[in-house]
Amino acid sequence: MQEKPQQTYWEKFREHGYSRRDFLKFCAYISAAVGIQSTGIPQVARALEKKPRPPVVWFHFQECTCCSESFIRSSHPMVDDIVLDRISLDYTETLQAAAGHQAEEALHDTMKKNYGEYIMTVEGSVPTKDGGIYCTIGGRTALDIVKEAAEGAKAIICWGSCASNGCIQAANPNPTGATPIHKIITNKPLIKVPGCPPIGEVMAGVIVYVLAFGRLPQLDGLGRPKAFYAKRVHDSCYRRPFYDAGLFVESWDDESAKRGHCLYKMGCRGPVTYNACGITRWNDGVSYPIQSGHGCIGCSEESFWDNGPFYRHLASFPGFGIETTADKIGTVVGAVTVGGMAAHAISTNIRKRKLIKDKIEENNQKADKEEGGK
Amino acid sequence: MAKRIVVDPITRIEGHLRIEAEVKNGKIADAYSSGTMVRGFEIILKGRDPRDAWAFTERACGVCTTVHALASVRCVENALGVAVPPNAELIRNLMFCAQYLQDHVVHFYHLHALDWVDVVSSLKANPTETARIAQSISNWPKSSPKYFSDVQNRIKTFVESGQLGIFANAYWGHPAYKLPPEVNLIGVAHYLEALDWQKEIVKVHTIFGGKNPHPNYLVGGAPCSLDQDDSSAINAERLAFVGTLIDQALEFVEQVYIPDLMAIASFYKDWFSIGGGLKNYLVYGDLPVSGYNDPSNFKFPRGAILNRNLNEIHEVKGDDPDQVREYVTHSWYKYQNGDDKALHPWVGETEFNYTGPKPPYENLNVDGKYSWLKTPRWKDNPMEVGPLARLLVAYGSGRDDVKEVITEALGKLNAPVTALFSTLGRTAARGLETRLVAHWMKEFYGMLLSNIKNGDTRTFNKEKWEPKTWTTEAKGVGLSEAPRGALAHWIVIKDEKIENYQLVVPSTWNASPRDLNGNQSAYEASLMETPMANADQPLEILRTIHSFDPCIACAVHLYDPKGKHINQVSIS
Repeated sequence: MQEKPQQTYWEKFREHGYSRRDFLKFCAYISAAVGIQSTGIPQVARALEKKPRPPVVWFHFQECTCCSESFIRSSHPMVDDIVLDRISLDYTETLQAAAGHQAEEALHDTMKKNYGEYIMTVEGSVPTKDGGIYCTIGGRTALDIVKEAAEGAKAIICWGSCASNGCIQAANPNPTGATPIHKIITNKPLIKVPGCPPIGEVMAGVIVYVLAFGRLPQLDGLGRPKAFYAKRVHDSCYRRPFYDAGLFVESWDDESAKRGHCLYKMGCRGPVTYNACGITRWNDGVSYPIQSGHGCIGCSEESFWDNGPFYRHLASFPGFGIETTADKIGTVVGAVTVGGMAAHAISTNIRKRKLIKDKIEENNQKADKEEGGK
Repeated sequence: MAKRIVVDPITRIEGHLRIEAEVKNGKIADAYSSGTMVRGFEIILKGRDPRDAWAFTERACGVCTTVHALASVRCVENALGVAVPPNAELIRNLMFCAQYLQDHVVHFYHLHALDWVDVVSSLKANPTETARIAQSISNWPKSSPKYFSDVQNRIKTFVESGQLGIFANAYWGHPAYKLPPEVNLIGVAHYLEALDWQKEIVKVHTIFGGKNPHPNYLVGGAPCSLDQDDSSAINAERLAFVGTLIDQALEFVEQVYIPDLMAIASFYKDWFSIGGGLKNYLVYGDLPVSGYNDPSNFKFPRGAILNRNLNEIHEVKGDDPDQVREYVTHSWYKYQNGDDKALHPWVGETEFNYTGPKPPYENLNVDGKYSWLKTPRWKDNPMEVGPLARLLVAYGSGRDDVKEVITEALGKLNAPVTALFSTLGRTAARGLETRLVAHWMKEFYGMLLSNIKNGDTRTFNKEKWEPKTWTTEAKGVGLSEAPRGALAHWIVIKDEKIENYQLVVPSTWNASPRDLNGNQSAYEASLMETPMANADQPLEILRTIHSFDPCIACAVHLYDPKGKHINQVSIS
C-alpha cells in the first residue's frame, strides 16, 4: 500500500467537492496567516497542488501534553484536516490507535522508509541528568530516542516552551537536568514555537507554512518564526493606550480593572514577552489573558518561571520602541528583569501621554454624564 | 506457561505509562503498572510566592488543565483563611464544568473509542443503514445517508493513500471488536465531529481565564471583572457567549455522546463483568453550591466506600493525618525510617532512589521498586478514584439526580447497579456524569446571572492579597475532583514563601505500584483475570486501562535529586 502515489492537496480539495476557486481562497488564507504577501499566493497554490502528505512523527518527553491539547484546538485549519488530509501523523502517543510494540513499530517503519524526509516534532524537554533515567519510553531514554529520531529528520519543530526552553521542569533547581532540544541536536534545521502552550492556530500555521513552501519560516535570532514572535505582547495589546496614559489597575477587580486599564502594575509581562497573543488571540480569537483581566505571565520567554514572582511588577526597561526586535533587545531585557533595579521609564509616547490620558478621562466623564442623565 | 507482555508506551493517554502483565491460559494472571517520567514539581515550588503556585501546578497536566490551579488556589486560601466571593466560586464552577465536558468527550472519542470502534470495519458499512440506526438513537441532525457516505469516502481515501498515520499498525480486525460496520461508521463520524466540537466548549475558559489550555486563576477570587456596562469586562456579550456554549454542549452530550455510549455499550455487555478491580472508592467532592467550605452542598458529595457497600459512606478529611498516607515500598524513593512505613503527606519524605534497570531495558524488576509513582492509601486501603467513584458515592449518599440518571441508563442496558463495578461501568459512569455536569453547568450559569441582576458583581476578596497580612506560618489543604478523580494539594507557608508543597493526584491513586503488603492499586487490580484473545495485540489491556483515563504527568512529580528529605509538618 505504501507504494501508491500520494494525493496532493489540490486532489484532496477536488475530492471534497471544493472548487478551484475555494482552493485558491484557501491558499490566500494560509498565505495571510503566515504573513505572505499576495504576490506569493500563486507560489503557495503551486506548492499545495503538488505536495503529497509529508510524514510527521510527534514525540512526548517531559511535558504535560498542553501543546497537543492546544494543537487540537486550532480552528483554522482544523485539526482533523491536518491529521487526515495534510500530513501523515505516523507517531503520536496522544492520538494514535496502536500502543506498545505496534506503536514503536509504526515509528521505526516511517523513520526507515522516509529517512531524511520526515518532520520531527517534539513536545517536552529531555532529562539529561543521571543517564536520562527520568524519562523512558519502551525501556529507552528520551535522550536516546531524540538522538536516533533526529538523525533521519528533515527538520525539527519544537512545540512549546518545554522543547524550546526547558520550561517548568528546567526552573530552578532543574532537578532532572531538563534540557531543550536545540542543546541536544545541533545539526538540523530547527524551529522553536514557544509558549505554555503555544496558540493552537500558531502551531497549525507553522505546519501549514512548512507544507506550503517545503522550507522553514523566517526565524528570529532565537529560532522563533517571525510571523508569530516578532512583536511584544505589550506593543500589540489593546490596553496599550492606557499604559501610555498612565492608567493602571491597582488592585484586582477595582474600577480600573472593570474599565480594562493596563495590568502592568499587577505584574503583566507583556512588555518583555514576544508572542502573538494580542493579535491572533486564543481559541479562535475569543480572548487572551490580558483581555480576561490577568496579566501576561510571559510563558513564551526563556526562564519565565524564574523571572517571578508573577505579581511583582516589572522593573522597567530603558528605551526601546515598537520597532525594536527581540534580537536587539533580548539581552538588555534579560539583564534588566533579573536586576530589577531600573526606574520605571517609558520611552514610547511619553510626550503624548498626558494628551491620551486627558482624552480618555474626558470620554469617561462624558459617558458617566450620559449614564447619569438617563 | 505464563507469558510476560509489555505495553510501553500505552498510547492515547496523557504521560508515560508502562504495563507489564503475565498472561496464563488466555487470561491476565498478574499485572504491574509503572510511571516512567518525572519532573520534580515540589522541589521547584519551594521558596516561591504561594500566590504563584496555581500557575506552576497547573502545568502538572495540560489535558486536565485548570484542575491543579483550582486545587492550588483552594489550598492557599485555606491556609490564609480567605473565602472567595460567590461570583468567583461560580466562575470557577463554570470553568470546572467546561473542563469536564471537554475532557470526558475527548476521552471517549479520541482516547478510548478506538478500543471499541474498528475504523477499518466502518468502510464496509452501508450508509443508508447507518443513517437509519443513527436516526433511531438520536435526533442529531447530521445523520443522512449522504453524510455518512461522505465520511466513509474520506476514510476510504485516507486508507487507500497507504499513509495510515494515527491509525497505522493498530488492532483492526481483532476478534474483540464486536460492533457492526454501521455502528463503527457512526463512531468514526462522531470521532471527527467531537474533534471539532471540543475546541468550542473550552472557550468558557478563554472568556473567564484568557486562554485554554492553562487559563488564569487568582488566589482570592477570579481574575476577570464583571461589569455589564463596560466593553472590557465580562459583560452581556461575553455572558451570552458562555450561555450559547453551554447550550451547544448540552446538545452534543445529549444527542451524540450519550446515544453513542449506550449504543456501543449494548454490544459489549460482557465488559460489565470484566475489569472491576478494587472494591473501595474515594471522593473528595466538588462543585460547591454554597461555598467551598460547605461540602454538604457540593454537587459531587465527599465520602469513601469500602468493600462496595453503598449503604455506608465514610467521612473523608483532608487534614486528618491518619487518612491519606503514602508508601514507597515499590517506588523509586527511600524513607528515612525504612520503606515499610506509610507517611501522611504532611510528614512525608521524598528521597530519590532509582533502583531500576539501566536503560535500554526489556523488563522491570517488579519484585523491587518499579515506578516513579508513590502508593497512596486511605486508612491503609487501596482506593479507586474517578467518575465511577463519584457516581457511587453520590448514589450511596442518596442524591436523586444522580440516581435517576444511573437508573435510566442501566435500565436501558438491562443491567443491575453492580454492573457498574467493571471496565464498561467506569466508561459509562464517565458519560453519565458528563450529562449531569452539563445540566449543573446551566444551573451555575443561571446563578451567576441572577447575582449580577441583584447587583453583586464582586469577583475578588482582597483581604489577604498582600503578604504582609499573613501570619508567619500557615498550612492549608485544597481538595478537588479532577475529571480523573480525587485531587488534593497541601501547602506550608512560612515567611511569605512556600515552605512545602505536596500534590496527591488521581492517577497516583489508580496507577501506583503495590504497597508494603503487596496490595495492588486500581490499574493492576482491574487487569486481573482479563481474557486476552491474542497476547501480542493487547487490545483488552488498553480497554481497561483507558477506562480510567490515565494521566501520568500529574501522577509523577515527587522527587528530590539530591537525596534531601522533605519533612512536612502536620496541619494543626
